[in-house]
Amino acid sequence: MDTSTTTTPDSMEAAGTAAAANAANSGNAAPARQVPARYAHIPGWGADLDHANRPAYPMERMPARLEGDHSHPPVPQAQTVEILQSIERPSMTPLFGTPQPPSGASGMLRRVAFRYSESDLRHWLLLLLADRVNMFEGLGCDLARGHVPNLFAEMGGKAEFKHNREAAIRKAVLVSTVVALALVLRKSSGDRRRLQHRSRRLSRYD
Amino acid sequence: MLAMNYRGPYRVRAEQKSAPYIEHPGDAIVRVNRACICGSDLHLYHGLVPDTRVGTTFGHEFTGVVEEVGPSVQNLKVGDQVLVPFNVFCGSCYFCQRELYSNCHNVNPEASAVGGIYGYSHTTGGYDGGQAEYVRVPMADVGPTVIPPDLDLDDAVLLTDAYPTGYQAAEMGDIREGETVVVFGAGPVGIFAAKSAWLLGAGRVIVVDQVDYRLEFVKKFAQCEVVNFKDVGDMALHIKKMTDYMGADVCIDAVGCEAAGNFAQSLTGVKLKLQAGAATVLHWCINSVRKGGKVSIVGVYGPTFNVIPIGNALNKGLTLRMNQASVKRHLPRLIEHIQAGHIKPSEVITHRIPLEEVADAYHIFSSKLDSCIKTVLVPPSAARSV
Repeated sequence: MDTSTTTTPDSMEAAGTAAAANAANSGNAAPARQVPARYAHIPGWGADLDHANRPAYPMERMPARLEGDHSHPPVPQAQTVEILQSIERPSMTPLFGTPQPPSGASGMLRRVAFRYSESDLRHWLLLLLADRVNMFEGLGCDLARGHVPNLFAEMGGKAEFKHNREAAIRKAVLVSTVVALALVLRKSSGDRRRLQHRSRRLSRYD
Repeated sequence: MLAMNYRGPYRVRAEQKSAPYIEHPGDAIVRVNRACICGSDLHLYHGLVPDTRVGTTFGHEFTGVVEEVGPSVQNLKVGDQVLVPFNVFCGSCYFCQRELYSNCHNVNPEASAVGGIYGYSHTTGGYDGGQAEYVRVPMADVGPTVIPPDLDLDDAVLLTDAYPTGYQAAEMGDIREGETVVVFGAGPVGIFAAKSAWLLGAGRVIVVDQVDYRLEFVKKFAQCEVVNFKDVGDMALHIKKMTDYMGADVCIDAVGCEAAGNFAQSLTGVKLKLQAGAATVLHWCINSVRKGGKVSIVGVYGPTFNVIPIGNALNKGLTLRMNQASVKRHLPRLIEHIQAGHIKPSEVITHRIPLEEVADAYHIFSSKLDSCIKTVLVPPSAARSV
């Protein structure tokens, strides 16, 4: 095993940097150390080798290194829309996001989901179901405002055609074939029904 | 304003929507000039995260210019160029006082297990994200960091999530000098975890993935060994053979719930959704690490349950550590590493796409087309000023 050591400009710099950061964080400068030769080609190797000098040490570090006084919780945000709340929380949090409040059938499902705790599978399955319902609601909303969604563009069809042309063509052929087959089957079953209907009508006059 | 708009699984578009406004005295409004698509955005895009509502704007990795501040904001002023950590946090709760900002208890009424995240479903607080021209930034005195003048914007935007998450993954591995570290996943987080493992003194770094162009990249970027798991019959056995049948000292899961490599896991976790994603990499981590070793998890999983060999973890006496990254506590050190030339995060950026073409951007990243590693979206107002 190679045990020789060398000090590279990088490692010196790293040690210096680490020492400065340590001094800033805890007041104990980390001593500069030498980098083993086998790691000399790796910029910064071992710069954060000292556990006590790592940025997330200790895991629960107090006091937090934040600028200003944060000893009080934030003032509560004004609630202007419906916000669903986990039943594992005693009250509303001071801050929350307001976009896309629950609405429609998906909103009703979400309200039901929030009757269950986060450790109850029904909570999550109902939310996933609501997401799927919401997808159809989104389509409905688009159509209601006269916007026909361009599914090809929304699913990145242009990029697929540009960067994965063979697969795009394969998919297009497959989809066209399935659609054509469906149309043919529909037409032939319609013809059969019409024939049966006609033969039943004729048999009535026999 | 123009913003990314989620319409359902695999469907997004750029669309005009109302601009955000100050809703709380501690808010700021930021005009976005860079927004990345994160690997974890793909879990939303694929419809795997519960309570992802149609109309949501994704994006938790962004930088921008402060456009407006609420009356109680003191540390930021209009015109400041800021990077915004992906965590929304208050700075004052039990967890924030311990620098566990990702676990903040004051910003997410919809769940108690997870903190607040920009543009990451109502399960993480229902905040709109930064893949837009403007974004509301709550608690502006504690979250955003003013970008030092000598820091490149492309490096800065990677400090909002990908690089700190990769660094924290390595840090949670509690790496000691000379240890062997296996990183599963050669996406941006895995790439940064591999690079960070060296900074923490690793003796050997091995990255596992199935995408050759990403393995080629990480081999050069992080000076590590690589393994394509498609070329390997049994992953755990392969790692044992590479480590004199001891196992790695540290294994890092930088993949999460959409891992490939195990048909049963993919079928039950991704296709049938009978568990919270495919736990293939967790399985590999537990079985590839040595007895008494450490497993660090930053890959994202759903909130229900996963099938993992917990009995093996017990019998081997493993330490399992995991969390969303608390970005803010890592920033000073990571900025120093960039300034010292130890790492150039922006080298992972392969695509710069206008926000107007967000649907193509998602598809390229999701399907790993055009050798994509990291995509940056540029809003039209920022594109004009570049």
